[in-house]
Amino acid sequence: MAGFLLKRLLNYLALTSVATILGYLLVSSTLNPEARFLGRNPPVPQASIDTTLSRLGVNPDTPLLVRLGNWIVNLVTTGSLGTSSRGTEVTADIFARSGTSLRLLVIGTILGALIGIAIGVWGAVRQYKAPDQITTYASFVILATPVFVLAVLLMITATAINRTTDSQIFNFTGEYTPGLTGGFFTILGDRIVHLLLPTISLTVFAVASYSRYQRSAMLDVMSADYIRTARSKGRTRGSAMIRHGVRVALIPMSTFFAYSFGLILTGASVTELAFSWHGMGEYLITSIRNNDINAAAGTILFTSILVLISGTLADFLYAALDPRVRV
Amino acid sequence: MTEPLLRVDDLHVTFGGQGSAVHAVRGVSYEVNRGEFLGIVGESGSGKSVSSTAVMGLLPSSAQVSGSIRFDGRELLDLDDRELSRIRGSEIAMIFQDPLSALTPVYTIGQQIIEGLKLHDRSISNQAARARAVELLGVVGIPNPQRRVDSFPHEFSGGMRQRAMIAIAIANDPKLIIADEPTTALDVTIQAQILEVLQTAKDITGAAVVLITHDLGVVAGNADRVAVMYAGRIVEQAPVDTLFTEPAMPYTVGLLRSMPNMAAPREERLVPLEGRPPLLTTIPTGCPFADRCPAAFAACRQGEPALAPVAGAAEHTAACIRAEEIAAGTLRRPDIFPRPEEVAVAPVARAESAPVVELKDVKRTFPVMKGTVFRRRIGTVKAVDGVTFSVDRGTTLGLVGESGSGKTTTILELLELAKAQHGTISVNGVDTATLTAADRRKLRSEIQIVFQDPMASLDPRMSVEDIIAEPLTVVDVPKDEQRRRVAHMLELVGLEPSFATRYPHQFSGGQRQRIGIARALIVEPKILVLDEPVSALDVSVQAGVLNLLEDLKAQLGLSYLFVAHDLAVVRHIADDVAVMYLGRIVEYGPADLIFSDPRHPYTQALFSAVPVPDPQVERTRSRVLLQGDLPSPLDEITGCPFRSRCPLYKLLPEDRQRRCAEEDPAPRSVHDRDVRCHWAEEERFDVAV
Ligand SMILES: Nc1ncnc2c1ncn2[C@@H]1O[C@H](COP(=O)(O)OP(=O)(O)O)[C@@H](O)[C@H]1O
Ligand code: SF4
Ligand code: SF4
Ligand SMILES: [Mg+2]
Repeated sequence: MAGFLLKRLLNYLALTSVATILGYLLVSSTLNPEARFLGRNPPVPQASIDTTLSRLGVNPDTPLLVRLGNWIVNLVTTGSLGTSSRGTEVTADIFARSGTSLRLLVIGTILGALIGIAIGVWGAVRQYKAPDQITTYASFVILATPVFVLAVLLMITATAINRTTDSQIFNFTGEYTPGLTGGFFTILGDRIVHLLLPTISLTVFAVASYSRYQRSAMLDVMSADYIRTARSKGRTRGSAMIRHGVRVALIPMSTFFAYSFGLILTGASVTELAFSWHGMGEYLITSIRNNDINAAAGTILFTSILVLISGTLADFLYAALDPRVRV
Repeated sequence: MTEPLLRVDDLHVTFGGQGSAVHAVRGVSYEVNRGEFLGIVGESGSGKSVSSTAVMGLLPSSAQVSGSIRFDGRELLDLDDRELSRIRGSEIAMIFQDPLSALTPVYTIGQQIIEGLKLHDRSISNQAARARAVELLGVVGIPNPQRRVDSFPHEFSGGMRQRAMIAIAIANDPKLIIADEPTTALDVTIQAQILEVLQTAKDITGAAVVLITHDLGVVAGNADRVAVMYAGRIVEQAPVDTLFTEPAMPYTVGLLRSMPNMAAPREERLVPLEGRPPLLTTIPTGCPFADRCPAAFAACRQGEPALAPVAGAAEHTAACIRAEEIAAGTLRRPDIFPRPEEVAVAPVARAESAPVVELKDVKRTFPVMKGTVFRRRIGTVKAVDGVTFSVDRGTTLGLVGESGSGKTTTILELLELAKAQHGTISVNGVDTATLTAADRRKLRSEIQIVFQDPMASLDPRMSVEDIIAEPLTVVDVPKDEQRRRVAHMLELVGLEPSFATRYPHQFSGGQRQRIGIARALIVEPKILVLDEPVSALDVSVQAGVLNLLEDLKAQLGLSYLFVAHDLAVVRHIADDVAVMYLGRIVEYGPADLIFSDPRHPYTQALFSAVPVPDPQVERTRSRVLLQGDLPSPLDEITGCPFRSRCPLYKLLPEDRQRRCAEEDPAPRSVHDRDVRCHWAEEERFDVAV
């Protein structure tokens, strides 16, 4: 058993390394860190640009493979992902920001999965009837709507509600109100209010996609012989569907769920931008916009580790739900 | 007279709406008395399952049901799902055909039995429910029920799952058990066990049983009364003895006469029952059997005959306007379905030439991997473990054995025409290991295969002509010549040459299998490998295909390697028989000898498990039941591999048993055939039929 775990882990390590190296090569060859210094007034002297870039380890005059080598050596010996173009430690940035992302996304992902699964089951059981038709169209509309459009719509609605009730029920900029003082509950309440709109927007998208997957997984099991057996034992149609059908239909969903957790920290860039949360998604986008190679490469490494963790999680979830694959 | 337990009256079930409606059940009426055993027989699509699923209230919502189903004083069709669910599982229980998919994969067997108990008795404690589940598993013959109760379905074999299904069915002492083809997906040996368990279950609960099957042999030994269904109706109903000895409806007569029978001599031809049942999309205006009925005359097409008493006997009814003539003997049954002329079985001049196919000590192993999270090799399956046999020119070798015994793997090894993992394979006297690529290609047209499932093996998008001509495209035959040969082949296999432009879905199972045979024959092979060629076909059309194969063999001088699990079929067609068990041949020799006097205990058990379509024989026959299932091919077995299930081993004195446990029996000649058993001379069982 231990041997297999080790083999699996080594496999994953190799995969992470390959993904990270490819990611590093990709950002290094597409981003141009010099661009930040060009067109400044007064112009920055070339020598000082070179010094800055060399200090960051992103000087394009150094051969790409040498830069990659240095980056890896630095990572392995000191555990540091280098310095961002703003002079902060990338590792520290990632830790701070992933906390923000986690707070933002965890509720949306879980809520989205639960509601999505429920709606998917409902749609499958009522296949081609009104509830199924409505949820099908609704989820297609949502999936076809760009995230920021939905975010803006939510904000407009919230502002309108605030205005008509003449209060501040919805507060949707950032993670909290800067400078707010008060007891624990005041702070907590403030954070919850700030979470409301982004969570709604994330949940709605998660519900739309989960319900689609769950619906088709459910349709697969609905005609299964064991549902008929359960009914022949004395279950009603509905109770056989839930006790036997949903339980089996959840098995393929576990993989989907595990992977969406892997992307939880970097998957909501647009939502973070729209609601001004300083999370990992925003970090990735700003680092690319700033031609910040170290920050972008660090984010890629971080994401690939998360994806591999979720791969393992998916394997274990699957085995937990399905006795047929247990060892 | 007391009211019967179940009275189905004028039941109609229609699927789909106007235009595309399928009239699956059209006016079915029958009764089941308390404690009675009713058999319902009919070919696939005749409405057996739909009519009994209707009793359970488990039809899909697209079904429109009308008529009346009275059960124990209540009208079931008036009840809604909730009310029915209180009857289901407690008063009426059902067992389904495919045990592999009938149990929920994620719950243990115990949980699934306990679920059934708790649904109808909320007060039962967890311990009591579990104890009852263990007890039930014991009743249905699961070894180690204490431990097995926590197994998941995938850890059970098909036979064990079907036992578990029976345990679930009898959990609440039902008054009626409906078993829908409970043994169709199982091997004969397992079928015999399951039928026995079903009888036990019936005796314990005192329930009435409705056994649905397509196999007349299965009902012969078990049922009190039999109803025959055809095209959505019951066409004949009678006590079991009457039905088998004095059938009054030509369809029943044909079914009975077309069945290959283990007891019949080899030379006797089978009686074909050609054609197929009408589509149920239109309501027939005359007798639905008229197109296949040799006794039909014009009046048969004027209105559908009603089910009416035969010769004044209330318990015997038939839906045929000539039933009285048949019952009175003025229309003789053998004249309706005459037996075709015997073909002169040319004496085989065996010594004349070398065998066309010869396998010597062939072995084939596969690595076995386990787990998805951690894949690892956990052992080796010896799928074929030292097989030796030969097929003489112009003869048929029947290869029989339970599924998993290695039959398919053996013929796949042969058809590779390559070097075997171990041992030698020769075709036409040439060792296939020595062939060059060009020789091998040439040899491929000498040996062709016909597959089991005629639907799966024919590409639905290709026309019949393209399907049959496909093997020719490899050898560059001009288009005109191809067409001529396809027409010739179609004629040869008994189909209209004009069918060449049609597509597979336009044909019945029997016709499709003929197309498969035509495709195999078009390159003019000398050897045909037939892998279960009739087992996917309805009994009524099997006979036609088997007769065709016999004719072709004589006409074209073919040699057959015939793989089958149905011994009655093999009895009918084979000159030699090889019985396989766990990758080895345990008995091998001339068919007449082996069928009249099997020597290996496994062969004896196989033979005695085959149901004979004759109630008298079935009732008096002694059975040699095999214990348990085929052992896992992963197990390392010392001594005789058959020991774990051997009925003879149990009867032997200890010193003889020791030899079985310690020494693997080598093939040796006993009564003129090769047997792998130390004690093949013992006379303990009488399995003659
Ligand atoms: N590719 C394979 N990998 C592993 N095991 C196999 C494979 N093919 C066949 N077997 C095993 O070999 C045994 C014999 O199988 P098969 O030849 O299909 O028997 P039969 O034709 O009598 O049903 C079975 O236990 C089966 O599971
Ligand atoms: S009614 Fe006519 S066609 Fe139908 S079974 Fe009787 S004889 Fe044959
Ligand atoms: S050798 Fe022994 S165990 Fe094997 S078949 Fe013969 S009697 Fe049975
Ligand atoms: Mg097979």
